[in-house]
Amino acid sequence: MSQPTTSPMRAAGLVLRRDLALAFRRWEQVTHPVIFFLMIATLFPLALNPKPSLLADIAAGVVWVSALLSSMLALETLYRADVDDGTLEQLTLTGQPLALLLLAKTVAHWILSGVPLVLASPIVAIAFGASGTANGVLMASIALGTGVLSLIGSIGAALTLGSRRGSVLLSLLVLPLVMPVLIFGARATDLAMHGDAANGPLWLLGSMLIFALTLTPFASAAALRISLE
Amino acid sequence: MGTWTWFHKLSSPPHFYRIAGKMIPWFAIPAALCLAYGLYAGLVLAPADYQQGDAFRIIYVHAPAAWLSLMCYTVMAVAAAVGLVWRIKLAHALAAATAPIGASFAFLCLATGSIWGRPMWGTWWTWDARLTSQLILLFLYLGYMALRSAYDDLSKADRASAVLAIVGIVNVPIIHFSVTWWNSLHQGSTVIRRGGPAMPPSMLIPLLVCFLGFTLLYAALASIRVRAEVLRRERHASWLSQWSGRAGRAE
Repeated sequence: MSQPTTSPMRAAGLVLRRDLALAFRRWEQVTHPVIFFLMIATLFPLALNPKPSLLADIAAGVVWVSALLSSMLALETLYRADVDDGTLEQLTLTGQPLALLLLAKTVAHWILSGVPLVLASPIVAIAFGASGTANGVLMASIALGTGVLSLIGSIGAALTLGSRRGSVLLSLLVLPLVMPVLIFGARATDLAMHGDAANGPLWLLGSMLIFALTLTPFASAAALRISLE
Repeated sequence: MGTWTWFHKLSSPPHFYRIAGKMIPWFAIPAALCLAYGLYAGLVLAPADYQQGDAFRIIYVHAPAAWLSLMCYTVMAVAAAVGLVWRIKLAHALAAATAPIGASFAFLCLATGSIWGRPMWGTWWTWDARLTSQLILLFLYLGYMALRSAYDDLSKADRASAVLAIVGIVNVPIIHFSVTWWNSLHQGSTVIRRGGPAMPPSMLIPLLVCFLGFTLLYAALASIRVRAEVLRRERHASWLSQWSGRAGRAE
């Protein structure tokens, strides 16, 4: 393999910009998961008794479960199109560190799927009658949590690329791994909604994000190389 | 013969197939003896608990099953890592053979715990930390097996599921502590704890024998299953057709 002339950081930046540019031209990739998120949240008052006190009690859990499911749905789009048109294969052949390129793709994916959820989450929380004072903690926890979800999910997405029946399988693999994120994210939100300090679970979410940032790109790269063979 | 050559020889399928076949009775017979004694002593001879009565006796199945469900996951992940790093197919075969055994023990642990919980806690299931993390462990096994079965190409299935097993074992402590901090009702550890076991020897010894018996049972089951995996994977290999040809003539 010849030595690449572009520096790894610059290559990662190019991948990030490319993914964002593509997504802004295929806008539905960004909007569909958010609509899905709002729809799942709508299901809860329909299925349960829409008593305001009950809804305010479960608001944190509802926002978090909806965000989790919605980001599962968005994971499908992380690698699929680039595998179908051969882009990903080219990325593995560039001689650049694949883990870094995949990290750039995952960051782009988080900007496209995580950030919209961060912005949409206070709407759901307020619609469920939660107090508006918790919105800061809610958005912070969703931002940290969706970051971990994208990173762990990228391993799952890479592993299921080469297999049949990808989508259900992807959820089967990823959901057990991300349950801690749900626990701490919902805990932080719940504490804040009841007016308590939510620092503990937020710090834990932050440390999980750093842990995932340092390790998952390598697992994703290994998984992708296996799937693409 | 040095350790390394011994290891290399062991990793050749025909050699391993023969050795594993010879080992089965060495695992299975002690397992049967240990389980026969341990279960009889535990279920019949040991005194009833002053608080829980006879219901506590389910621990002789429940606790070893819990231990094995964790041990199997560790064996699976270590074997998967060995297979991935040194490209040893037999290690992958061991991981593949271990997963369903581990999943069965995880299920057995949940089922016996649930049966015990009905009279003791008054409920079949509660969202307690230990129960939930054991349930997530079962889900991890099921995800691993689902990924394995989704690939037609065996070598890809091996390596993809190996990555998942390794990621899973990194996550197991995180899952464990997250659910522990989240909520807890399950009783604390009885056997391994500060100040020695909280059990008289008449209860403890059968339990330890049961632990040993179930672990040996795993070894016997794993040997049988790895042999079956080897047969499935090597069905086109020349050593196998030679062996079966020889066996055919001998009959």
